[in-house]
Amino acid sequence: MKKIEAVIRPARFEELKVALKAQGVTGMTTYNVMGRGKQQEVKQYYRGQELQVDLFPKLKVEIGCPNEQVEKIVQLILDICNTGQIGDGKIFIYPLEEVIRISSGEKNLDAL
Amino acid sequence: MKAKTSIWMALILAFIMVLGITMPALAAEELPVDTGNTAFIIICSAMVLLMTPGLAFFYGGMVRKKNVLSIMMQCFAVMALVSVQWVLMGYTLSFGPDVGSVIGNLNFLGLHGVSIFPSPDYASTIPHYVFVAFQLMFAIITAALISGAFAERMRFSAFVLFVLLWTTLVYDPIAHWVWGGGWLGQLGALDFAGGTVVHISSGVSGLVTALFIGKRLGKERDTIVPHNMPFTVLGAALLWFGWFGFNAGSALAADGIAGLAFLVTNTCAAAGAISWVAAEWLHHGKPTVFGAVSGAVAGLVAITPAAGFVSPLSAVVMGIMVGPVCYLFVSKIKEKLGYDDSLDAFGIHGVGGTVGALATGIFASTAVNPGGADGLLYGGLHLFGVQIVAVGATYIYAALATLLILKVISMIVPLRVSDEEEEVGLDTSLHGEDAYGYDDMGVSERLVGIQS
Repeated sequence: MKKIEAVIRPARFEELKVALKAQGVTGMTTYNVMGRGKQQEVKQYYRGQELQVDLFPKLKVEIGCPNEQVEKIVQLILDICNTGQIGDGKIFIYPLEEVIRISSGEKNLDAL
Repeated sequence: MKAKTSIWMALILAFIMVLGITMPALAAEELPVDTGNTAFIIICSAMVLLMTPGLAFFYGGMVRKKNVLSIMMQCFAVMALVSVQWVLMGYTLSFGPDVGSVIGNLNFLGLHGVSIFPSPDYASTIPHYVFVAFQLMFAIITAALISGAFAERMRFSAFVLFVLLWTTLVYDPIAHWVWGGGWLGQLGALDFAGGTVVHISSGVSGLVTALFIGKRLGKERDTIVPHNMPFTVLGAALLWFGWFGFNAGSALAADGIAGLAFLVTNTCAAAGAISWVAAEWLHHGKPTVFGAVSGAVAGLVAITPAAGFVSPLSAVVMGIMVGPVCYLFVSKIKEKLGYDDSLDAFGIHGVGGTVGALATGIFASTAVNPGGADGLLYGGLHLFGVQIVAVGATYIYAALATLLILKVISMIVPLRVSDEEEEVGLDTSLHGEDAYGYDDMGVSERLVGIQS
């Protein structure tokens, strides 16, 4: 089992969600986050006073999945969330030790 | 001794009135009440009052979300404090019979001698009480305006003292100088609705307070940006609306001058919004919402002293002048000078008020209002000189008196909150409240509880 954490552009999320659902992937957790990688600072002006904005609003999607689904999900994210620009975000993949469904007590693959 | 006795007498009379015991009606010849004028000024008074909660939103949107309640509380507290101060002594200090051209005497202490009949000295067609109420709303908004300068760091107890002392020692005398029969009015200074009395006095006092109290923590380090721009837009809209009562009502009658004031007020606000946005659009490439509402308010400030004296075309010119001047001030000059006027009380009201007061000395025309005077443009050198004197006197007096008040208060209670309180935010540390305390998690848990 793996946990996929993708930090993406918020504007790409709806399309990604629909595509994941079409592939049978419905379980996910999302957060609004602020962050940056290599993205350049941008300037904003408030009453003419300059402000360097260096963290940008992103959306973080967390998905727990069986090992064999990882490649499919990653490919979907790459297909949909790639605009070719810096600031598209990153995907982090972690090994998942244990999963327990709270309502039934089911474990691991049964709980996913 | 005699003066002291009369103060005590008046205080006792004030106390009787507070108890609600009716005073015998004054038997003197009573002037007739004009119902149209009275209806108009009562409505205008309510509109001017609404400007202060409007200001609470205008300012509230500009602060960080940990301090939004503190600035709104300051605005609301001013409404409460100054309303009572005005009845007890503010009105008589401003509009009581003149003492030495600098202050009103105590004849109207506790509104003693004020009645449902018009006063022969002020607005002689509307009930004296209505005049008192209308003028009160100006005293409220003026004190509230200052709070923008020291937002996000002043201790509330110090603020309460400041409002009471400032209104009594700065606003009331300056209002008397210009409108209550004092020396600036006698000199011929024109201030239709409060360019010097309201905007310069509050702006300059704000600047002095900002310098005295020091910068916000992390002014250079942190990202300090408005937390809710729609609040600021809402507040600006309420200000623009209320300003019709402020300026048109200052005609103190539902007449042609009120109509003129209404139109030029709207015109100058619009031109101010256009000129500010144009300046920043050229400068940084983007027209901002913040710029549009700031420019409109700057335009409203500028037209305030001139509203009953200038033509609509002059209002266009004044609006075009004031936007870039204020923009330059808050974007460049403030940064150079290095003080922290959090929400630009001085940059908009002080600077805009100065532009307006001087422009009144340029654009005022007796062809527009025979009761006014001719400005530079119409050959009136005298008026321009007087306007400079009025501006200078207001700057000097407001600055010195405010400095004195701050020194006195700081001996009683610290003006600033502690560093820790400031970091946490004034809403929690001063008021024990959180503006946006109900998060989604709490709400959904309650809903689940109801369903099951």
